[in-house]
Amino acid sequence: MSHDHDHHHHHDHHHSELSETELRVRALETILTEKGYVEPAALDAIIQAYETKIGPHNGARVVAKAWTDPAFKKALLEDGSKAIGTLGHVSRVGDHLVVVENTSQRHNMVVCTLCSCYPWEMLGLPPVWYKASPYRSRAVKDPRGVLADFDVTLPKDMEIRVWDSTAETRFLVLPMRPAGTEGWSEEQLADLVTRDSMIGTGFPRTPGAPS
Amino acid sequence: MNGVHDMGGMDGFGKVEPEPNEPMFHEDWESRVLAMVRAMGAAGAFNIDTSRFYRETLPPDVYLSSSYYKKWFLGLEEMLIEKGYLTREEVAAGHATTPGKALKHGKFDLANVERIMVRGQFARPAPASARFNIGDRVRAKNIHPTTHTRLPRYVRGHVGVVELNHGCHVFPDSAAMELGENPKWLYTVVFEGRDLWGADGDPTLKVSIDAFEPYLDPA
Repeated sequence: MSHDHDHHHHHDHHHSELSETELRVRALETILTEKGYVEPAALDAIIQAYETKIGPHNGARVVAKAWTDPAFKKALLEDGSKAIGTLGHVSRVGDHLVVVENTSQRHNMVVCTLCSCYPWEMLGLPPVWYKASPYRSRAVKDPRGVLADFDVTLPKDMEIRVWDSTAETRFLVLPMRPAGTEGWSEEQLADLVTRDSMIGTGFPRTPGAPS
Repeated sequence: MNGVHDMGGMDGFGKVEPEPNEPMFHEDWESRVLAMVRAMGAAGAFNIDTSRFYRETLPPDVYLSSSYYKKWFLGLEEMLIEKGYLTREEVAAGHATTPGKALKHGKFDLANVERIMVRGQFARPAPASARFNIGDRVRAKNIHPTTHTRLPRYVRGHVGVVELNHGCHVFPDSAAMELGENPKWLYTVVFEGRDLWGADGDPTLKVSIDAFEPYLDPA
């Protein structure tokens, strides 16, 4: 990743490399278009769809619903894809979504050590750190060390469960509902649910904390 | 293959560095690469496992020093050349010089965008009954295929417990090599952290992978 390399003395070189990539990408798109494989407008539409339709707001709605509706929560933990399919206002999630619940005894964390598998429909495109070597290498061996990089500390005796996404199953963490939110609406609760809390590298915001 | 992409448990990569308010794309070309990969895959030029295999076979130094979407780009270009959708001469020229090859699902146009925003289905009818039950102890095989596999090195040879049965799914080891879907039972198998990382490992840690049946032996 350009920004996590510490090679300032190679800065100029790096810039020329980037523009070379840009030229190569443009050339490839030209070739694919000229050969009749893709329509550039369809590529624009794909990008626009990713920029507008998916994102952590989808996952946050699901989590908030689970916090307020015990029947939904039960269904969600039994079959994530099926339960989310009943919510008209959330992006269609596709198959094989497994929702895993944090409790006072167990914290869940999701990684893909082999590539970058991630529940796109629920959380959007993964952040760079999720796809980068430090997280992929350490999450399964030293998850508490990884959590420290996020300023997250778990009780010493809490079980930590790491889910390595090695197949087409996808995992979403259902974080614990913050204290002090009794009587809150789903919409209010959804505002507390962060992306990282659904990956397991963070907690939901607490009431009154800046969003 | 035992490539650098199989990173679980490796040391020395440093701290995880979250970027506050990270943009969806850091460069415009990244979004074009994402769109081209999705479009050409949906048009039938390759399946998701084959595309992963092409990224894994990038030379290790290139893999480790390239940004995420750069890897996607390099894998895509090489894959399309090897599958006969374009030529090295065309890449060098920056233009098409020969007619396109037929795509299984036809040209990717606007009408196709909606369907790719829903994840594909990977479950398949079961060709045989499941060999393992939930609660069974299983050992991840000590295998080292030189082609694509989704069995990470860090669990090979270790004993875990079957926790979930996800049904039969497309078997990536076959699909990546274009040898057919060859559906296999898929299980979540959970390992004790100390079994994987030794006595100094975190005693509170459990790690699971999703393992296809051919990866597992009874234990």
